Amino acid sequence: MKKFLSRINRRDALTLLVLVGIFAFFFIMLETGAASNQFKNMIIPMSYYILLAISLNLMVGVLGELSLGHAGFMSVGAYTGCFLSVMLVEKFPELPMYVYLPVAMLCGGLMAALFGVLIGIPALRVKGDYLAIVTLAFCEIIKTVIINLEFLGGAIGFDTDSIVPDRNKALTLLPYAAFAVIVSAILIMNLVRSKHGRAIMAVRDNRIAAEACGINVNFYKVAVFGIAAFFAGIAGVLYGHNDVLLKSANFDFNMSIEILVMVVLGGMGSNMLGSVIAAVVMTALPEMLRDFSDYRMLIYSVMLIVIMLFTSAPALAGIRERLSLGFIKESLQKKMAKKAEKKKAGKEEEK
Amino acid sequence: MTLLIQTLIQGISLGSIYALIALGYTMVYGIAKMLNFAHGDIIMVGAYTIYSTIALAHFPGWLGVLSAVVFCGVLGVVIEFLAYKPLRGAPSLNVLITAIGVSYLLQNIALLIFEGKQKAMPLGDFDFPDLKVGNTGITVTGEVIFTITLTVVLMIALTLFINKTKMGKAMRAVSEDKDAARLMGINVNRTISVTFAIGSILAAFASLCYGMSYAYIKPTTGSMPGIKAFTAAVFGGIGSIPGAMLGGFVIGILEKLSSAYISTQFTDAIVFGVLIVMLVVRPTGLLGKKIREKV
Repeated sequence: MKKFLSRINRRDALTLLVLVGIFAFFFIMLETGAASNQFKNMIIPMSYYILLAISLNLMVGVLGELSLGHAGFMSVGAYTGCFLSVMLVEKFPELPMYVYLPVAMLCGGLMAALFGVLIGIPALRVKGDYLAIVTLAFCEIIKTVIINLEFLGGAIGFDTDSIVPDRNKALTLLPYAAFAVIVSAILIMNLVRSKHGRAIMAVRDNRIAAEACGINVNFYKVAVFGIAAFFAGIAGVLYGHNDVLLKSANFDFNMSIEILVMVVLGGMGSNMLGSVIAAVVMTALPEMLRDFSDYRMLIYSVMLIVIMLFTSAPALAGIRERLSLGFIKESLQKKMAKKAEKKKAGKEEEK
Repeated sequence: MTLLIQTLIQGISLGSIYALIALGYTMVYGIAKMLNFAHGDIIMVGAYTIYSTIALAHFPGWLGVLSAVVFCGVLGVVIEFLAYKPLRGAPSLNVLITAIGVSYLLQNIALLIFEGKQKAMPLGDFDFPDLKVGNTGITVTGEVIFTITLTVVLMIALTLFINKTKMGKAMRAVSEDKDAARLMGINVNRTISVTFAIGSILAAFASLCYGMSYAYIKPTTGSMPGIKAFTAAVFGGIGSIPGAMLGGFVIGILEKLSSAYISTQFTDAIVFGVLIVMLVVRPTGLLGKKIREKV
């Protein structure tokens, strides 16, 4: 336990604390009945979007490869997991949920990881924007193939209503979602901080130098594809169990983009806290704008552009710096120091 | 045999629409080094402009096309000025997300003005007679002939513009080395604006051709041809103008051939599958520049 704790640094501990806080808040809201219907419907999506954002950040921020096909991995996980759950529930109606849902999650994740590795191998040869288009193409292929598979419901969709019989799905699924997200977050953050994580970041920063240091670049690239896909697959299983009808057409380019928006807004790189917060905010934002009905998505898109301009325009760097936490802390410290000096000077004068 | 030739001609027609859009992607990428994901939605804007001038304001067809060309060109420049110019020098992914924001914005503005229901394109003025080739049984529809002719004319004009005019030279210089071009006295900002204008004008023409072959438009009309054209640009090697033309034709022909001979449902999967195989064999596209790695 001590060894485990010592491996978590302060930054990761803060991320974990925020995650635990978020889920504790969800539990309290649901248990006390304070949650509105709108909020209830947001809880599980928030959980899987957190997981998706963290896993995509591993690929985009830590490995440095742009992927536009995260929804594809998610759909592989969703279909595998839900298919398994439906089968298990049909064969053994008495089987409790705490048996089949974890099994479905694990299998969904593994299947997605397999696809991740399969996509990762050809992706070794292409770079940058070309790699982005390869992942996008794979996502489209997966979507098209699933639509044409009869046993997965085809174009009508795959009925998953029977796996979670409870009407209060949010409360039933929340423990599993919380467990999956928190454990995954710990695993990913520890991976990033480990020897392997440093190797992955070395590949991102300078591939040739990393190779010269004896790092197996190809191994790490494929491995990250597999790992990121694994967690996306788990998120997909959650998605599938939360929904009543799985539609392959939903796992399209736009969904991959949605996840990418979270990662970029939260800040790419080894700090996962940004991704977590961005995932929560970006899932809640369209819902909170529901009062504006028709103008909802319009406001959302304008906000997206304004946020991006504000956070990354080189001309606004000065303003950003003045608003940053570090700057505020520094100026406070300066003020305190000045006050202390004045006090000191005053005391000396008194003497 | 008849089917094959018929399919090929249809493929070239579809491919020329893709090529027109792909040119916009590739030119912007070559010069501003950004993926302009809002480009697909410029087609949608062009189509709605044609729709409003002809069906709502009852102007003649040529005026509809002209207004679409002007409107899209101006819109391209305005978008560049408001959303992309402030981000010059920012990481490319952040610019990509902004472009996606612009894409959502255009779609939702269209949704608010024209609502989600699909509208019929009023292109009665552009009804050309079909061409029957002897007694081989091959018929080439009027819109196919029009699309291919228009595309070829536009491509020749674009090639002449890039190679013969001063502005074209400036564009080539900026895409080669932005800083060196600036030192030579080229106005880089204006060159980038002109690139966006040309790309959007080509998209406006593409929207005319698209409207002729598909007849209906809705706010999300631009996204699928946009993705396909982006694929075409990458296929040909993004940043390369001849590559985008070639890529567009190849993707169009491939799409029509696979839907005619293999399966209509799996068409997209086949096209994207071929793309992946192509990229694995030639990682920078058909005519893309090989980037040599420096240590």
